[in-house]
Amino acid sequence: MNAVPISYYLVLSAILFGLGVVAFVFKRNIITIFMAIELMLNAVNLAFVAFARAFNQLDGLIFVFFVIVVAAAEAAVGLAIVIAIVHNRQTLNIERVNLLKL
Amino acid sequence: MPVLNHLWIILALPLAGAAVNGLFGRRWPKTAVNSVGVGSVSLAFLAVVELVREFAQLPAEKVPWVGNYFTWISSGASTPHPFRIDFSLQVDQLTIVMLLTVAFVGMLIHIYSTGYMAHEGGYYRFFSYLNLFMFFMMTLVMAANLIVMFVGWEGVGLCSYLLIGFWFLKKTAADAGKKAFIVTRLGDFGFTIGILLVFWTFHSLTFGNIFTQLATNPPETGILTAICLLLFTGAIGKSAQLPLYVWLPDAMEGPTPVSALIHAATMVTAGVYMVARMNPLFSRAPIAMLAVAIVGAVTAFYSATIGLAQTDIKKVLAYSTVSQLGYMFLACGVGAYAAGIFHLMTHAFFKGLLFLAAGSVIHAMDGEQDMRKMGGLRDRIPVTYGTMLIATLAIAGIPGFAGFFSKDEILEAARNGPNANLWLWLLGLTGAMLTSFYMFRLVFLTFFGKPRYDEHKVHVHESPRNMTVPLMILAFFSIFSGWFAAPHLVGGIDYFERFLNPVFSSGAPVAATAESAEATATLGMQLVHALTGLPVIVAVLGLLAAWWMYVRNPKLPKRLSDSMRGLYTLVFNKYYVDEIYAALFVRPLLWISTNVLWHGVDEGLIDGAVNGAARVARESGGQLRQLQSGNARSYAAWVVVGAVGFTVLLLAFWAGVR
Repeated sequence: MNAVPISYYLVLSAILFGLGVVAFVFKRNIITIFMAIELMLNAVNLAFVAFARAFNQLDGLIFVFFVIVVAAAEAAVGLAIVIAIVHNRQTLNIERVNLLKL
Repeated sequence: MPVLNHLWIILALPLAGAAVNGLFGRRWPKTAVNSVGVGSVSLAFLAVVELVREFAQLPAEKVPWVGNYFTWISSGASTPHPFRIDFSLQVDQLTIVMLLTVAFVGMLIHIYSTGYMAHEGGYYRFFSYLNLFMFFMMTLVMAANLIVMFVGWEGVGLCSYLLIGFWFLKKTAADAGKKAFIVTRLGDFGFTIGILLVFWTFHSLTFGNIFTQLATNPPETGILTAICLLLFTGAIGKSAQLPLYVWLPDAMEGPTPVSALIHAATMVTAGVYMVARMNPLFSRAPIAMLAVAIVGAVTAFYSATIGLAQTDIKKVLAYSTVSQLGYMFLACGVGAYAAGIFHLMTHAFFKGLLFLAAGSVIHAMDGEQDMRKMGGLRDRIPVTYGTMLIATLAIAGIPGFAGFFSKDEILEAARNGPNANLWLWLLGLTGAMLTSFYMFRLVFLTFFGKPRYDEHKVHVHESPRNMTVPLMILAFFSIFSGWFAAPHLVGGIDYFERFLNPVFSSGAPVAATAESAEATATLGMQLVHALTGLPVIVAVLGLLAAWWMYVRNPKLPKRLSDSMRGLYTLVFNKYYVDEIYAALFVRPLLWISTNVLWHGVDEGLIDGAVNGAARVARESGGQLRQLQSGNARSYAAWVVVGAVGFTVLLLAFWAGVR
């Protein structure tokens, strides 16, 4: 079997993660930031799956399920918070949500 | 033998009294406080009496009787010389004498206090302190090792401080309390080093072990001299000898029963007791003995001269106490420990009585202490007058009274004893004359002549029964407590000395007074000799001089002091010793404390460090809080920076490990 080398997966995972980080830091829209988080989580998932296949072990796959569950829960809570913010402040701009300071 | 097997009972009683009165007495009526305070001490006295009865039946080889209760300090058990301190008490002849004196005089003074302090606030507090004092004093005399003794030694100092400053709202009283505490602390410093040196030399602090080792394997004389001098430093502080006597006259700020109990009869004699207790050491250190004798004799003479010109009735008695303590040290210094302890006992009776009677006079005069404003009290307060006269005759050394026997023995030992010294004897003899003079001056000024107070304002009244009865009991003992030694006058046995002989036999040999036919043959002659000896002559001279100056020619003292103005002012101001000490020690210390320790070290260094630490925290916090901008994206950026940094670090280390 002429499999794709693991480094390909890892490079793709790193690129996706990097894109997520950049989007997370530079985007102002909360929904976009939210999507950036999902992107980072899934980049990690990809790395897990790749390792699991390369080493023929189940641990990585199981971990992926955990991550998916956490991501789902986070999406539920996070979107609820986003809705609450929109209700209160009529904006999606993260710059306007800056009460968490001295 | 209930008490011998449970020696702690004697200590537990006054301690319990102190605790009960101190904790609950505030809300109790005076009768309840009285019954606890006086009751506990009376029970302790009864226990001591029972102890004496049991002790008398004890075979000689079982003395000293030691009771071990628990191991208090144990350290270095695996080393060749473990430091192990048991809480142990011991009873021997010396302890018996001290216990009887302390418990009996203490009990009488407790009873007296119920009258004297009746109108004072803090009544329960007073009795609580007094009981606590009894506890510590009896711990001191019953201790079987130096550490337990030291506990009692410091404890009585604490009670002395508390009781001198009993009227703590009065500044002079509070200051006097502090002065007493601090000045005695100077002596205790030497005492502590002495104790350590004893342990270093003998590897034990238990009296029995020390004395056994001393007999079998005596160390060098030099180290013994050092130990004795250091221990004696403690005695100088506690027993108010030159040059640390200055606290005792000031201690008269306390209530008069306190002056009687602590600063005359018991606590101040602790130094004499300690020297007597350590007599095997002192007897092997002749230089230290000489130092003790010199300090004692000089103090006896010196403070007697100050007593000549004092006008406060209690101050005269205070200087007289310092002087009499000097006699006791003189006795110890010339090797006549038994005579010293004998004088300690008789002094406890007559000086306690003098103070209590003075308190009765003050009570009658509504608080007046200046003898210049008294006079003619003889008929108004006859019981006080009679008892005080007896005590004065006793302290002056008039034959037949207690002080005569004890002081005569001391002077005899200074002249003819094993370590006799003619100069010290002369000092003692002159001091005896001065003693007689100033004591009769006190009596004549107070009780004779015309009243010098405002008779319309002051209603002189005899004290109540609970004050006069202790006076009468003490007067009885001021006469008869010396008679143990009476047969000695006619060449017989000094029963007191013979009783104490087992304790002091390792010291100077007691002159064997074998009753020979020769002695009895010249019985009459010896009696005449003793009664007309020099001490008696000088005592009578002092009496006559005082009578001549203060009864016969009341104008004479004024003229005399005018003609010797310089000398009189010097003595009247107590040789300016307090002022000299203030200039030499107190003021420089105060200056250093204020400018160096307070403003320099405390404010500069310690406060500076604390405040500096606070300022560093505040400044750096002020800078760091800029990071907390509230902008979620900057937080995210910091997370990224942190994650990257951590990863780089991890990789660097990982590479390093590889």
